[in-house]
Amino acid sequence: MSEKNIQTQLLAEFQEVESGINGHAAEPFNQRRLKAIESFKKLGFPTTKHEEWKYSNVRKLTQKEYNFHPKSDITAEDLNSFHLPELNGIVLYFVNGIYHPELSDLESAKGKVEILTFQEAQKQNPELLNTHYGIYTDEENEAFSAMNTAMANDGIIVHVPANVTVEQPIILRMVSDTREENVGSVLRNLIVVGENAEVKLAESFRTYGEHSGFVNTLTEISVAESARVDYYKVQDESNEAYHIGTTNVLQKDKSYFYAATVTLNGGFIRNNLNLKLDGEYIDSYMYGLYVPNGNQHIDNHTVADHTKPNSVSNELYKGILMDEATGVFNGKIFVREDAQKTNAYQNCRNVVTSDKAVMNTKPQLEIWADDVKCSHGTTTGKLNDEAIFYMQSRGIPKQEAIRLQLLAFAEDVVSQIKIEQIREFLAEKIKEKLG
Amino acid sequence: MLTVSNLHARVEEKEILRGINLEIKPGEVHAIMGPNGSGKSTLASVLAGREDFEVTDGSVEFQGKDLLDLAPEERAAEGIFLAFQYPVEIPGVTTINFLKTALNQIRKYRGEESLDAAQFLKLMKEKSKLVKIDDQLLRRSLNEGFSGGEKKRNEIFQMAMLEPTLGILDETDSGLDIDALRIVADGVNQLKDQNRSFIVVTHYQRLLDYIVPDFVHVLYKGRIVKSGTKELALELEEKGYDWIKAEADAAESVA
Repeated sequence: MSEKNIQTQLLAEFQEVESGINGHAAEPFNQRRLKAIESFKKLGFPTTKHEEWKYSNVRKLTQKEYNFHPKSDITAEDLNSFHLPELNGIVLYFVNGIYHPELSDLESAKGKVEILTFQEAQKQNPELLNTHYGIYTDEENEAFSAMNTAMANDGIIVHVPANVTVEQPIILRMVSDTREENVGSVLRNLIVVGENAEVKLAESFRTYGEHSGFVNTLTEISVAESARVDYYKVQDESNEAYHIGTTNVLQKDKSYFYAATVTLNGGFIRNNLNLKLDGEYIDSYMYGLYVPNGNQHIDNHTVADHTKPNSVSNELYKGILMDEATGVFNGKIFVREDAQKTNAYQNCRNVVTSDKAVMNTKPQLEIWADDVKCSHGTTTGKLNDEAIFYMQSRGIPKQEAIRLQLLAFAEDVVSQIKIEQIREFLAEKIKEKLG
Repeated sequence: MLTVSNLHARVEEKEILRGINLEIKPGEVHAIMGPNGSGKSTLASVLAGREDFEVTDGSVEFQGKDLLDLAPEERAAEGIFLAFQYPVEIPGVTTINFLKTALNQIRKYRGEESLDAAQFLKLMKEKSKLVKIDDQLLRRSLNEGFSGGEKKRNEIFQMAMLEPTLGILDETDSGLDIDALRIVADGVNQLKDQNRSFIVVTHYQRLLDYIVPDFVHVLYKGRIVKSGTKELALELEEKGYDWIKAEADAAESVA
């Protein structure tokens, strides 16, 4: 299968999209899709010559073919057989890219949060959809975003109206069922959080099966004035999983946004987390943790774009790379000319436990304002042999000494996870993975 | 208890220990003295199992076992404790959790039951009094941001918790003021009994005012060139090491 073939496969998909749109082309939602198709045709998949993809080669991903329309008659029994960990909250299920409201818990959301599919929104609340959908996304320059907009047929809007506090976390559970064939999932969701509203969101990605799974996911989050959003992205995907995910966030005055991206497993993962701080007195936090082993590849690209004065962004990413795993961290901080009195901090620390593991880090600060406080630091090192010997000399076996130190290293990020259930689940999984 | 015979060790190409012989019986305190670079700390490290050193010849028998055959953690479980000259800072691991893991690993090795939280805390309370170490310090990350004195006190506290049969103090006196030195020495003295032995590695005689040795050995160029009682330490304090160096160098050139 050559690269041309997945392109061909996608072009055929697009043709279908276009004929489906026929007659509704004037709707803004469809306008955007048609434009995205053109954009993708122009861009094609990025190669490693592309600055943003220098260390992440998508060739293997594009050399495969995927079924983008696998059977969708998933039942509650199927879900049970996946043995997903229990979670308390408003749990919404997506299997192979398709939202399953019949399997989701929409009851507890009632009266607090509006959860609509895009199709529903086009009829019931087109204004909400058209005000926010696609606005925070750059389809002109990002091939995977263009592909996402072009192909995402349906997704959901989660709308938290102004002044509403949603106590229970809203959990978007994305399952790839690759038991029978290679599966492609295009997921697109939109989160709109009104003024002074408060919500906790989690996206969890899991693979179930041995075949390849390609996930192209894009989430847009609009955080209005004084709103507070906690966002978790948890990935426990297979070694045959290819995940290209983008989260685009727009923050307004006095809002608070917190993100924790934890990657436990995944063959090839690219996470883009883009924050636009479009207001004053904003607080933004980005935490990340990745623990690849084997041949896993995990790439995190983040952006904190300060456009107005007096805001704070703070970022801490940590990685433990084992075996022949590879990792990428690229953190951009932009401080625009108007964004005086910005405080922006970025820190990325990594431990490699083998000579064959590789971490590529690239902090990128671009500052046009003159009265700002910014700092960044990246380190990649090995475990401290002296510390291991110290622990051994007190009776702790070497493997256990290594494990204790790695756990302590990860703890800085794990301890930042505010939902106890998620924190404990992750702590347990990390313990397991570190052996 | 410990028999070191003709021990040779090197780091990379450099031979540092060149035939050490040493016999330690239960309850004895041996001081190892010597000028800088004589191999004192290397001897301590080799006994504890540090991997940086390669043993090229000789043997070490500890309570009937071939010590050199054991991993560092096995030596600890067999009853050897090395108090580090430079205790390591370990961020994110509290002294309490660290010691609980260590103690229970050692108990597991010996086929004993793990201590539960209550038993462990009781033991900790008892032992922390011994070296007058603050409980709050033990709740912090291991040695992180500790003063020099606090680190050394923490070493002795850990030794008290793990109750070794052979305690090796590697320049425990370095960087300590006289009060801290006294507290550390008091801790060691309280641990002394007829079955527990100590090797006290030190450059200065000062510590030996407080921890009185039964034997004093002078190490020079990787060999024990003189052995004696505590009076030898006093003589070294008074006259320095030059006369011993001269004696040893003369003997070597004759040989």
